[in-house]
Amino acid sequence: MIFKKFNIENKKARDLIPQAITILALLSVIIYFATNAQINMGNRGISFGFGFLNQEASFDITFSMIEYDGSHSYGRAFLVGLLNTILVSAIGIFFATIMGVVVGISRLSDNYLIAKVAEWYVEIFRNIPLILQIFFWYFAALRALPLPENGISFYDISFLTIKGWYVPKFIWTNFNIFLLSVIAAFIAIYFINSYATKQREQFGKQIPTTIISLATLILIPLITFLFLGVSLSFEYPVLKQLSPTVFTYAGGVSIIPELIALALALSMYTATFIAENVRAGILGVGKGQKEAAASIGLNKNQILKLVVMPQALRIIIPPTTNQYLNLTKNSSLAAAIAYPDIVLVFAGTALMQTGRAIEIISITMLTYLTLSISISIFMNWYNKKMAIKEK
Amino acid sequence: MIKSIKTWILVGFASLLLVACGQGGGGAGSKKSKTLENTKKAGFVKCGVSQGLPGFSNADASGNWSGIDVDVCRAVAAAVLGDADKVKYTPLSAKERFTALTSGEIDVLARNTTWTLSRDADIGLTFVGVNFYDGQGFMVRKNSGINSVNDFKNGISACTNTGTTTELNMRDFFNSKNISYEPIAFEKADEVVQAYDAGRCDTYTTDKSGLAAQRTKMSNPDEHKVLPETISKEPLGPVVRQGDAVWEDIVRWSLNTMIEAEEYGVNSSNASSLKDSENPAIKRLVGSEGELGAAFGLDNDWSLRIIEQVGNYGESYKKHIADTGILPNRGPNQLWTKGGILYVPPAR
Repeated sequence: MIFKKFNIENKKARDLIPQAITILALLSVIIYFATNAQINMGNRGISFGFGFLNQEASFDITFSMIEYDGSHSYGRAFLVGLLNTILVSAIGIFFATIMGVVVGISRLSDNYLIAKVAEWYVEIFRNIPLILQIFFWYFAALRALPLPENGISFYDISFLTIKGWYVPKFIWTNFNIFLLSVIAAFIAIYFINSYATKQREQFGKQIPTTIISLATLILIPLITFLFLGVSLSFEYPVLKQLSPTVFTYAGGVSIIPELIALALALSMYTATFIAENVRAGILGVGKGQKEAAASIGLNKNQILKLVVMPQALRIIIPPTTNQYLNLTKNSSLAAAIAYPDIVLVFAGTALMQTGRAIEIISITMLTYLTLSISISIFMNWYNKKMAIKEK
Repeated sequence: MIKSIKTWILVGFASLLLVACGQGGGGAGSKKSKTLENTKKAGFVKCGVSQGLPGFSNADASGNWSGIDVDVCRAVAAAVLGDADKVKYTPLSAKERFTALTSGEIDVLARNTTWTLSRDADIGLTFVGVNFYDGQGFMVRKNSGINSVNDFKNGISACTNTGTTTELNMRDFFNSKNISYEPIAFEKADEVVQAYDAGRCDTYTTDKSGLAAQRTKMSNPDEHKVLPETISKEPLGPVVRQGDAVWEDIVRWSLNTMIEAEEYGVNSSNASSLKDSENPAIKRLVGSEGELGAAFGLDNDWSLRIIEQVGNYGESYKKHIADTGILPNRGPNQLWTKGGILYVPPAR
């Protein structure tokens, strides 16, 4: 189309001009910065390149979900940091959502005490800077938790101490079969639910899907234990003495206090904002909707589930997406309390050891951008799914 | 907040500066020094220091910096601008320091920085000398029953700072001893101290001078001790940008002058009276013989000003490290003539 004979009278061609100029200007700015950086770095004897990602990192990381030690590469260290960022964000989002919904509904409760407690919680936690809350949970919790030799014991299989929360380690045999069975269970549940919906819509038959689903989820994996050779045993943490007064736990899995403190602070903080979104969403559904629902004979639970929530969700989802994004980005404050997230590991230690500031900061920024955009895309899909569908 | 966000902004900003600032930079090998010219024009030396390490660079309640690293900056200011107080200090985290230097935000980095091959060769920096010979050690609780690094066992947890050579040395050390350990690395020294003090880790590892200095911040300093072993070489010294040979020489010889002055017994109180000394080496130091300053484009009294306004190395060490109780014994940081390893080339 562009190759057609150019004619200023042609509106389409005319509209293209400002856009082309904008793109050209943007490109030249980027090229200007890039060449400038190149010249300046050249003058100062700094090389540019990503080859360092394959070099040996030679530093260790406290907590990693994949196999890692200092003999792995910087690229691997990046992956460790990224996974740790995703882990703490996922935990944070999960608990923030649950707490946010509970607190948001509580604020609308008729019970004066519950409503007031929820209100105070929101007002306190959203008005204190997050970094202070992180320090509070970390250092207050550290001071409050006992040393390993006096660890708080849960039935002697799990121990909470200043060095972490030690839980039993799962040791599976034939884990793959078990995993497949869980996936199979979920597929079965999906079909049961769609069958139930069809039955309800066509014949008005109510099928107790919740109980059936739960039973499927338990029964199918159980079969693998009984007949397909899947088994599970536990490795329990055991107190170990390192010196006359120094103790630790050996065996089991240690959930480090840095992760607990960070996840706690992030979810407590973000839950306040989500709670306000939930409250706004519920209040945003017209009173007439509830009255109409009641007048056709729906009970209180059905009104909430079938009439109020579907409409409220449309109001709740977009601002809650923002909160999920905020939480993910706020997790970069991890560096302050030594949780090995991508900022501490990659934009911290790796940057220091290699001195490659521009490369590492760009990679880190791109990573956060990608994470955020992925969350956005998922939430937009969910939002569309929840939006009003004209039939 | 503040720290973490600030760090980000600083690193980001410094990278941006590197990207955006004109195509300046000192032309390599030229006799004229761009940095020297800019410093004279600005009227102060831009010096990067730590965020607070007693004895090395620490600010008091009214914001006055002191320490042996700070004295290097003061010496450069005395030599170049004639007044040791004309220094602008920029406190930097371990992470920010090199970017701040290469981007031109500071011109001298005097921040207890270890001289290593990769730092010297790879990232556009030049180390000009050593003003403190240090080594990495371990601090433990006195009642722990750990009396030597040989008492460490599998599963020990160790706190340290991120982005320092200590993180790497720690790994080398534990690997060579075949001990599995839990490394907990914080961005700021204050958090390391707090976490160790609370009992999060069994040992705290960093340079021994740092351990001695940080011990004073513990809630009960007497409950802790530093183990006798030293697991690494940590020659700490000032750093400049690569590519400005004249500026590099000025900083190198400002430091050397302080050490040479101690060697010849020249100090802040007797320097001016030694102008007519019999010893030509002393006369060169106080500027009454030779034209040494001309080589850097400075006048002949540059070294006299350093000695008078800042003092010699021994005075600086005594004031900041010994008298403050950090490391009363000079150990390797003694002159070569007195059994230490401080040895500088002759100023002639």
